[in-house]
Amino acid sequence: MSNEASGAVPHPLARRKQKIVLLTPFIQTIKRHWLSYLFIAPFLITFILFIVVPTIAAIGLSFTYFNAIEAPKFVGWLNYRNLLTQDMVFWKYAIPNTFKFAVIVGPLGYIAGFMLAWLISQLPAKIRVFYTLALYTPSMTAGVAMAVVWLIVFSGDRLGYLNSFLLEIGIIDQAQLWTQDPKYLMNVMILVTLWGSMGVGFLALLAGIQNVDTQLYEAGKIDGIRNRLQEIWYITIPAMKPQMLFGAVMAVVGTLKAGQISVQLSGANPSPQYSGHLLINHIDDYGFIRYEMGYASTISVVLLVLTYIVSRICWKLFGSKEE
Amino acid sequence: MNGWTSALRRGIGSLRKVSVFQWFLFVLMTLLAMFMLLPIVYLFNHALKPFYELFLYPPTFIARNPTIQNFIDLVVVTQSSVVPMTRYLFNSFVASFLVVLTSCLFSVLCAYPLSKHKFPGKGIIFSGIIISLMFAPEMVGIPRYFVISQLGIINTYWGHVLPLVAMPVGVFLMKQFIDQIPNELLEASKVEGAREHMIFLKIVIPLCMPALATTAILSFQSAWSTDETSTLFMENETMKTLPFFVNTLTNQLANNVANQGAAAAAALLLFIPNFIIFLLLQRKVITTMMHSGIK
Repeated sequence: MSNEASGAVPHPLARRKQKIVLLTPFIQTIKRHWLSYLFIAPFLITFILFIVVPTIAAIGLSFTYFNAIEAPKFVGWLNYRNLLTQDMVFWKYAIPNTFKFAVIVGPLGYIAGFMLAWLISQLPAKIRVFYTLALYTPSMTAGVAMAVVWLIVFSGDRLGYLNSFLLEIGIIDQAQLWTQDPKYLMNVMILVTLWGSMGVGFLALLAGIQNVDTQLYEAGKIDGIRNRLQEIWYITIPAMKPQMLFGAVMAVVGTLKAGQISVQLSGANPSPQYSGHLLINHIDDYGFIRYEMGYASTISVVLLVLTYIVSRICWKLFGSKEE
Repeated sequence: MNGWTSALRRGIGSLRKVSVFQWFLFVLMTLLAMFMLLPIVYLFNHALKPFYELFLYPPTFIARNPTIQNFIDLVVVTQSSVVPMTRYLFNSFVASFLVVLTSCLFSVLCAYPLSKHKFPGKGIIFSGIIISLMFAPEMVGIPRYFVISQLGIINTYWGHVLPLVAMPVGVFLMKQFIDQIPNELLEASKVEGAREHMIFLKIVIPLCMPALATTAILSFQSAWSTDETSTLFMENETMKTLPFFVNTLTNQLANNVANQGAAAAAALLLFIPNFIIFLLLQRKVITTMMHSGIK
């Protein structure tokens, strides 16, 4: 065989070589960066296993009928159709309650967090620690400990602190069932959540405020800023945009994922007459009480999308220009 | 103790030089702080109240005859049952300790290359972490259960630890923090012949101690007070943790006062470790948060 012929029809071995040549950049990059990948691997594996895979699986399951005993049956968009058109509890209670809860607790908690952080930063540095601790402590008791404290305050008999106090001063003439009466449950939930809402977001805001360059304030004074409100609006908030964003995202996620609170307070899921029924309770109801996992996953996916949209809005509002 | 009093004295000393606005603020914030702490103070007192004081009418706030009887009850009552309280406590400690250790380690390991290395796929990984920051893991509880059962770690400590190990917030905070470490420092040590793992151990870890402290607090809080892993992944009673146990004590509490003493004692047990850890690490937390905005 002449050289020309072998040029026209490549030798099988040469062809394989070519394939390897195509693959080598890939292998080489892996090789070159193997240390980086090694560093990342432990986190990435657990992240994929326990966050990414479940999320994808939830999306997959949302298109099935699944009762946790038999294998999932593919049903297409049926769950979504049912959720959007037939689920009265979802439309009548879960969605309005979640929105009411989120709209009040989210922004209110966030604004309160910012204001408190600002007020703390106005105090002499040495005593700030005590106030930070006092405001952050409630968020540490979140969960079961909170139920113990608040259930006794809102206890339905005259031994409850609130009942006892209100009876004493004569505002009510008989004990109220604060956590069982649909009239009050939602308000009690909002109150308790607000009390415990000064968490990570609050710390970030506090640090952000303390981190603003003091020269900016002096420059602002020269530029004609007169009072503290102007100072906050024109200097503090723009200078700590990243922390504002972090706090906002945390607030949004925190309120949309809340749900345990109504169960803890009322002691039942669903709560009395669905008065404290939030989206998470709806998921729990279908997933772990009725074992309609497919449908529960559908609700989760809707909640995921909802959270993502709201977070994106926060990003737009507070995010820096480059985003 | 001396340190505290002198800090307080210095604090009061610095108050002399303040304006009317600050005095007003001081009073206002003190009242608010007291209000916020009221339920905590109450929790302490409730846990220390003897049985007859729990049911006094009108209800009392401060325990008049403090006793540790509730704690004794808590231990004694459960001693005769299948699972003693100490077992729940032990499980909680083991699980939380492992979670804090692994999640801190994994987060800083992941954050370092994300911040200082260039490699393909970095952008995707980081935006994945950012997006997952917005999601609540509770929403995917159901498929998570299947992952756990497929891995065959139901009823083991793995089931308590692994689901909580991946902490996007931790990686995120740490990455922002490591971003602040000047590249020159790392390059200089490379010139001197330091290997990657030496740079990581000798420079990166010591410098991001504040971020590690924050992650430790956050992961401890989530691990210590979650009862999700116990209710979902543990069928065996001896493998469940303290929050689950407290939950069983408080579940029917909504409208009765029975068992309140023991429940308050258990709740206090749940709260105190959180509080101590935050107290120890809180100065570092604020330092972290200064550098941790989304930039």
